[in-house]
Amino acid sequence: MALEAVIGLECHVQLRTRTKMFCGCRAAFGDEPNTAVCPVCLGLPGSLPRPNGAAVEAALRLGLALGCEVPAVSVFARKHYFYPDMPKNYQITQYDRPLCVGGALPAEVGGEERDFELARLHLEEDTGKSFHPERRGDRPVSRLDYNRAGVPLVEIVTKPVFRDPAECAAFLAALRRLVRWLGVSDGDMEKGQLRCDANVSLRPGGATALGVKTELKNLNTIHGVERGLRAEIGRQRALLEEGGEVEPATLLYDAGRGRLAVMRTKEEIHDYRYFPEPDLPALATGAAALERLRAALPELPWARAARLCAVHGLAAEDARVLCEQRELADYYEACAAGADPRTASHWVRTAVLAALRERGWTLEALAGRLAPARLAGLVARVAAGTLPGPLAKRAFAWMLEEPGGVDEVLARHGARVLDDLAALRALAREVLDEHAEVAAGVLAGRGRAVDFLLGQVVKRSGGQAAPGPARAALEAELARRAGRGGA
Amino acid sequence: MSAGGLWRLPARALAEAVRSGRCTPLEAVSSGWEGPAAAWERDVHAVAHADPEARAAGAAAVAGHPEGRPLAGVPVVVKDNLCTLDLPTTCCSRLLAGYHAPYDATVVSRLRAAGAVVVAKSNMDEFAMGSSTERSCYGPTRNPWDLERVPGGSSGGSAAAVAYGLAPLALGSDTGGSVRQPAAFCGVLGLKPTYGRMSRYGLVAFASSLDQVGLFARHVGDLAVAYAALAGPDPRDATSRPGPAPDVGGWDAGVEGLAFGWPANLWREGVDAEVVEGLEEAAARLERAGARRVPLEMPSGEAALAAYYLVATAEASSNLARFDGVRYGARAGDGDVRALQARTRSEGFGEEVQRRILLGTYALSKGYYDEYYLTAQRARTRVRREHEAAFARCDFLLGPVAPTPPFRLGEKLEDPLAMYLSDLFTLGANLAGIPGLSVPVGTTRAGLPRAAQLLGPDDAEPVLLRAARAVEVGGERARLGRTHETEAAWPSKR
Repeated sequence: MALEAVIGLECHVQLRTRTKMFCGCRAAFGDEPNTAVCPVCLGLPGSLPRPNGAAVEAALRLGLALGCEVPAVSVFARKHYFYPDMPKNYQITQYDRPLCVGGALPAEVGGEERDFELARLHLEEDTGKSFHPERRGDRPVSRLDYNRAGVPLVEIVTKPVFRDPAECAAFLAALRRLVRWLGVSDGDMEKGQLRCDANVSLRPGGATALGVKTELKNLNTIHGVERGLRAEIGRQRALLEEGGEVEPATLLYDAGRGRLAVMRTKEEIHDYRYFPEPDLPALATGAAALERLRAALPELPWARAARLCAVHGLAAEDARVLCEQRELADYYEACAAGADPRTASHWVRTAVLAALRERGWTLEALAGRLAPARLAGLVARVAAGTLPGPLAKRAFAWMLEEPGGVDEVLARHGARVLDDLAALRALAREVLDEHAEVAAGVLAGRGRAVDFLLGQVVKRSGGQAAPGPARAALEAELARRAGRGGA
Repeated sequence: MSAGGLWRLPARALAEAVRSGRCTPLEAVSSGWEGPAAAWERDVHAVAHADPEARAAGAAAVAGHPEGRPLAGVPVVVKDNLCTLDLPTTCCSRLLAGYHAPYDATVVSRLRAAGAVVVAKSNMDEFAMGSSTERSCYGPTRNPWDLERVPGGSSGGSAAAVAYGLAPLALGSDTGGSVRQPAAFCGVLGLKPTYGRMSRYGLVAFASSLDQVGLFARHVGDLAVAYAALAGPDPRDATSRPGPAPDVGGWDAGVEGLAFGWPANLWREGVDAEVVEGLEEAAARLERAGARRVPLEMPSGEAALAAYYLVATAEASSNLARFDGVRYGARAGDGDVRALQARTRSEGFGEEVQRRILLGTYALSKGYYDEYYLTAQRARTRVRREHEAAFARCDFLLGPVAPTPPFRLGEKLEDPLAMYLSDLFTLGANLAGIPGLSVPVGTTRAGLPRAAQLLGPDDAEPVLLRAARAVEVGGERARLGRTHETEAAWPSKR
């Protein structure tokens, strides 16, 4: 009997706000321990939370981008469990009345874009961090850092819509892209700005009822999510195929060892005793404010990719690469405004991305050196066939270091472009003579070898032949020979 | 002016004496300590923490510029569950032994801004859970009118301190009657404002949706001045009521033309006859002053009592979860953190606090939440509607504060239900979020204070103060006996 996996994800996104969710402490990463704390985020007696409007707005923007419904009123709730890194021994979150419900995130799996449906999105506060055990003399001690306590989090809960860990990985990559695209989070999983728990169960293929599920925690990289889920699916499959049963449990995935460890079994599963947070009034989301946020949303990555395909005529994969990062798509579009879009797309995806990789620059730094309009000048000449490829590449490298338009840079370096038709025809003749068999093939209708011959012309020109005129010269020379052969 | 008699002055007169330089702030704030406290404090035990140096520093802070401050140099007693920078804040619990808050509660900073000086943290039932101030880790407070009797609670220390003259004003907190009931038992005024009018920032939470900072005074005018100085929105408290607090400047404007509801069905049974006599006396004074009595029926408070104890214990179980020995306060044991937390809480919390945490934890448990907490919330909505219906027919309600005069120490300690019943008439105001005021009405034949409760709709504090003033001037104030005369402290008949 074939078993099918059913997976749902709970993703936590740390919002990039200046201050924490319920107090004025800075929400920063990497400060000295316990320096970004106050009575509120330390949960000191008598302190009270007050909601951070910027965090609410960021969460709403994310919800709107995901196509969620936003109820007029949402309610904060307390979730209780004792843990030393949680100052109040309860977490302020949202329970039965979340900020947003429904929605979906499009993600590409195996070259195909699919919508993964969401159950809800809500706001909550982060916990502090425990460091343990350390040793003091002969005793183990734990240390607590509350800098992170109270940092705003958005929790996104999917419906159980995933059947394969690769889908989960794609979903997470799409989510990371979206939160960065909106600027609501840096989405860095290494820094815990994006975290993921997964619920997974197996059932016979075709069944509609869900099997017994386990929860996987500590999936801290996209790769880890995929591998952890594969390990757990394998474990459950082996159990079920031997006629055993899956026990409900919470498991920790140790990415280093690639192993699963039981964190809690069913008996230890918490009763969180949720109830509405009496220190915070219900959160009203006005229709006008919502419309204002909706109107201010940027074009979303999947919509933008679709537009680049439809309007710019880009291939789906190329558009996807450009829309991986909002700044990259912006850079591309600025460049494409002054040059052929497909050529611009090619140069941005290859030369620009390679430069970022090789030089370790941010896109912003690169754009500071090579504004997209300047690149457009280069791209336009390439598209017009008036600049040979090798020279265009050198020109690109020069333009990263020097000011001036493409012509100015070429002149400065004394780079000549050979576009004299007579000279090019002379070169073409030499090439045709040297590669007589290829030429004969072309003349016999095996047309593809023209590109090879053109390459030879460029090569023979020392990289100076402008591709457009060179092709014209080559074709003219071929036509002449065809005429002679036929006579 | 002789410094020895300063403590007898109303807060307003004392502040005026300080502002005009007739006495120094230090003389003003020391007057209660050097006067009546010497005779009373050891027996009554109203104070949990005090520090002459903090007092002197507070007085010095006012000395430079007393002008324009409504409470310049006025000593104020503050309940031990309100955070203060200069005195410990322990909620009279072993668990918070030695705890010093790193900030002032908003009401405390507003007190200081008005020129007042905190002269003591008052004794209370641990974490405000109790109605007799017998459940303090520092031992009970006694009623200055009869040392064998309780001062009421949980703000019993504040009530007793104002009654015997340590200070003309005190702050307490009222979750189900914890200001009004001790005020009634100690023969002073006790105001629980509309929910959200007094900032809760810095009030150690018992039940967040019910808690409200309240005021004790011996004079209605003092209550009005203190209310004006403290009430109003606080950006640190998301539940504070928006907009300026109602103007209580007209506290002495009389009650001519006002209608008061008279729900006599509430005291047909189960209420002490002398308490009812007190109500008749208060009603008579109001009528003599020109108010009109509107007989009406109010539902009995039994459903409200059940709802109250569910909501209050549920919220308390959550609010008190943070006291676990990890970050502050007392810590019992070390090593495993679970064991440390459990032992700290088992040893640090008293019996009543543990009882309520357990009740509340149960009420919020999976499978019981709907049955208990949600049902209680529905009952709460009903209580509010019942009061709204009553206020459609009158400006305020008159009724008992507690069903009996002050009871004896130990009388209800072993019977939690009997103790909870003493809140029957006061907790409705907390469930509904409306203001309530306890006003003294003479004494019983045994010489114990009697009182009446005035309840009004949201923001009716001005009306309640006017009504309390009419009751106050309508009769001779009872005199607290013992080793000094106190009549000079009481308002005289107009």
